[in-house]
Amino acid sequence: MARAGKPQYDRLIFELSSPGRIAWSLPEPDVDVEAARARVPRGYLRSRPAELPEVSELDVVRHYSRLSQMNYGVDTHFYPLGSCTMKYNPRINEDMARLGGFARLHPLTPEPLAQGALALMHELAAMLAEIGGMDAVSLQPAAGAQGELAGVLMIRAYHASRGEKRTKVLVPDSAHGTNPASTAIAGYEVIEVKSDASGEVDVSDLDRHLGPDVAAFMITVPNTLGNFEPRIVEITERCHAAGVQVYMDGANLNAILGITRPGDLGFDVCHFNLHKTFTTPHGGGGPGAGPVGVKAHLEPFLPVPVVTRRGERYALDWNRPKSIGKLHGFWGNFGMLVRAYAYIRTMGPDGLRAVSEDAVLNANYVMKRLEAHYDVAAPGPCMHECVLSARRQKKRGVTAMDIAKRLLDLGFYAPSTYFPLIVEEALMIEPTETESKETLDAFCDAMIRIAQEAETDPQAIHDAPLTTPVRRLDQTRAAREPDLRWRPAR
Amino acid sequence: MRYLPTTPENRRAMLETIGARSVEDLLVKIPAKARLGRPLAVPPALAETDLVRHMRALAGRNADADAYTCFLGGGAYDHYVPSPINHLILRGEYFTAYTPYQPEASQGTLRTIYEYQTMMAELTGMDVANASIYDGASSLAEAALMAHAVTGRRDVVVSGAVHPQYRRVTATYCAGAGIRVRHVAAPDGVLDGDAARRLVGDATAALVIQSPNFYGCLEDIAAAAEIAHAAGAMLVVVSDPVNLGVLEAPGRLGADIVVGEGQGLGVPLSYGGPYLGVFAAKQDFVRRLPGRLVGATVDLDGDRGFVLTLQAREQHIRRAKATSNICTNVALCALMATIYTATLGKQGLVRVGELSMARAHYAAERLAAVPGVSLRFRAPFFKEFTLRLPKAPDRVVARLARDRILAGVPLRTYDRALGDCLLVAVTEKRTREEIDALAAALAKAVA
Repeated sequence: MARAGKPQYDRLIFELSSPGRIAWSLPEPDVDVEAARARVPRGYLRSRPAELPEVSELDVVRHYSRLSQMNYGVDTHFYPLGSCTMKYNPRINEDMARLGGFARLHPLTPEPLAQGALALMHELAAMLAEIGGMDAVSLQPAAGAQGELAGVLMIRAYHASRGEKRTKVLVPDSAHGTNPASTAIAGYEVIEVKSDASGEVDVSDLDRHLGPDVAAFMITVPNTLGNFEPRIVEITERCHAAGVQVYMDGANLNAILGITRPGDLGFDVCHFNLHKTFTTPHGGGGPGAGPVGVKAHLEPFLPVPVVTRRGERYALDWNRPKSIGKLHGFWGNFGMLVRAYAYIRTMGPDGLRAVSEDAVLNANYVMKRLEAHYDVAAPGPCMHECVLSARRQKKRGVTAMDIAKRLLDLGFYAPSTYFPLIVEEALMIEPTETESKETLDAFCDAMIRIAQEAETDPQAIHDAPLTTPVRRLDQTRAAREPDLRWRPAR
Repeated sequence: MRYLPTTPENRRAMLETIGARSVEDLLVKIPAKARLGRPLAVPPALAETDLVRHMRALAGRNADADAYTCFLGGGAYDHYVPSPINHLILRGEYFTAYTPYQPEASQGTLRTIYEYQTMMAELTGMDVANASIYDGASSLAEAALMAHAVTGRRDVVVSGAVHPQYRRVTATYCAGAGIRVRHVAAPDGVLDGDAARRLVGDATAALVIQSPNFYGCLEDIAAAAEIAHAAGAMLVVVSDPVNLGVLEAPGRLGADIVVGEGQGLGVPLSYGGPYLGVFAAKQDFVRRLPGRLVGATVDLDGDRGFVLTLQAREQHIRRAKATSNICTNVALCALMATIYTATLGKQGLVRVGELSMARAHYAAERLAAVPGVSLRFRAPFFKEFTLRLPKAPDRVVARLARDRILAGVPLRTYDRALGDCLLVAVTEKRTREEIDALAAALAKAVA
């Protein structure tokens, strides 16, 4: 079974359990537990103890340390996952988020006693509004997809306030899956707009769809092929002429900081992914934060509460009768807001612009070095990411997935694969500005080597990965016989 | 700039390879009229030492739960956070990774999620739990959408004792989907069963209760299940998993979906987020769940491994027809909860629950003995309770803050009928001395 050399650690915490072992330290009760128990109806109390692990503190620390070693992260590996902006996560931001005044602050602390937190939120909202060219920002959405939902619901409320009933939202066929999903939850019919051969919006197709039944056009800028839409200003103008609101998915904002702004391009709404552009860590899948910015005409519809400032006093304003309501139990992912705030204050205006310039430089460099070896999805120059196609390699039986797996063996995480959907065998590479030329060169060398292997030794690629804790996994079995929780062996 | 490694020499060489004279050449597609043409009007860059000074000053203007004795609850609680959690989540292999799209290079994250799913399913008494939703409120909203999708029914009936902000978030999500949210009053601090029976019918997708509810009271979950199931509706229970070492698993009392806020499981208070949306359900609904799921499988050698599975439910595959729009979730908070639950384990979670419950009952007794102060509801409670005060609660709170006590949450803003009420939470961290000090300060404040 197991290959020699394959890292061997195959335990789950439950399998380390031994009755009677503990890893916690809490005082003995100094009040009457039995009396309290007696006040609770018997049927409300747990009849069978929860079967949870019984382990020592070292068991916990070693187990989760060992498991961590089975991951690639930005700290250990170049992570060119397109569309996700896997840049370095500054350590000072982690320290700042852990200051007691932030990390230990209860959300229902009376406002006069939470002025530092409210001030930070107010300032961050103002800075994001400036960066996005927007008039107002809500920090409440917990992730990009929730920002999208908030934005589309605000657009819906806006149309309704004008007595207009519009039922459709247009989304390009190159869009992130969250765009149509968020739009559908907001109650709209989703209509796909075609992209042309270079991945840009097919403006004549857009024109065909624009009309009095369309509420919004939702588009990512730069687009998901990594290109800036050269006709974007014309597009937002055409939408507005048809009474259609325009939403910018801000997933790719890292390309344009200080260069151009969604608001100046004509967008009415955009969201910001703090976990992409503003360095808050991705955490293995989250938490993120997805603040949403709007132009003045949509401001009355922002989620409640809104942080306001009067003189030197900050407060939460709930009295907003046109608001779409609430999206989060409290005020949003505050801990991520602290990190993003610290980042923007660290970078300043020149630093932010340098971020985007270097991100664009890095992506173009990678594209240039690889264009002789892979098909490029759309002609450059690209912005912060580039999309390659493995269609050439596929003729040799080597797919985008195969290439991704081989990269793992060569010491790199993989690009996003099979996205955008309009590119065959897509490999979406986003190097980010925090990677050095040396790292990019090493990555490009590996990609070139794989392209050569596809010609000479495709089997080596099909066998990959060999150096990871597991080899390729049986996805079909996982889906057919779902095993979603551990159970003790009978 | 320490985060930007590209030197002028690098830049020159890279531009030469690209065949461009400057970065500006790479930006040609951005129309001139849309260029910003000035520096962003954000404050100038701060050196790290200055940043720290500034951030400390901001943090210093907040009354945090270390500087103050915290009796605040209402959906976020000052529970014990064992030290190893923070050390372990700061391992870069965890917190600088992303959604485990490449499972071979993400087994650490995948395994911890699988453990998390197991722990949450076990605690809630359900068959399956997902990898997390943003927070308790959005988990409830997703449960409403799911119940609507599963039953094809239009109404969701929600107890008035469910956290008011959860009800608002649910209403926001349901508005778009055309789901009607109906509220049942809870005049005695718990669901009014008769009123619920009148409202729950064949148009009802789900009945939603919370236990312990917003007022701290324990609901009769089994009775609510009967009301829901008699009408063919689902029962959704909002539950705080940190209580479930002591309280019965809602799944054993008839819940079809259990959601809740997992913040108590080792996640910092952090002014309300990021928190942890727990979402668990019965096996029948596994292909209707929102969010990510991790499953066990085998690799080419036959060795155990873990993958994201049943992804045909999700937005990146199903797009407009996905069960939810969620993509980024709160995986690192789920990891905190996993390490927490492993650390507390079978016995520790019972101790946390018992201490919280016993100290809350001690506190209720002491506080209700203060002249003019009484318990507002007669229903049994767990670690939180509602007091009626003889003086305006927000004034009392402000007064006690001078003694560095965060006494509780005034309920006036949530329910005018409870304008004289204060919601007090007691976790295992509150000592007898702290409770006595609260009682003494309260007596002085209302005298």
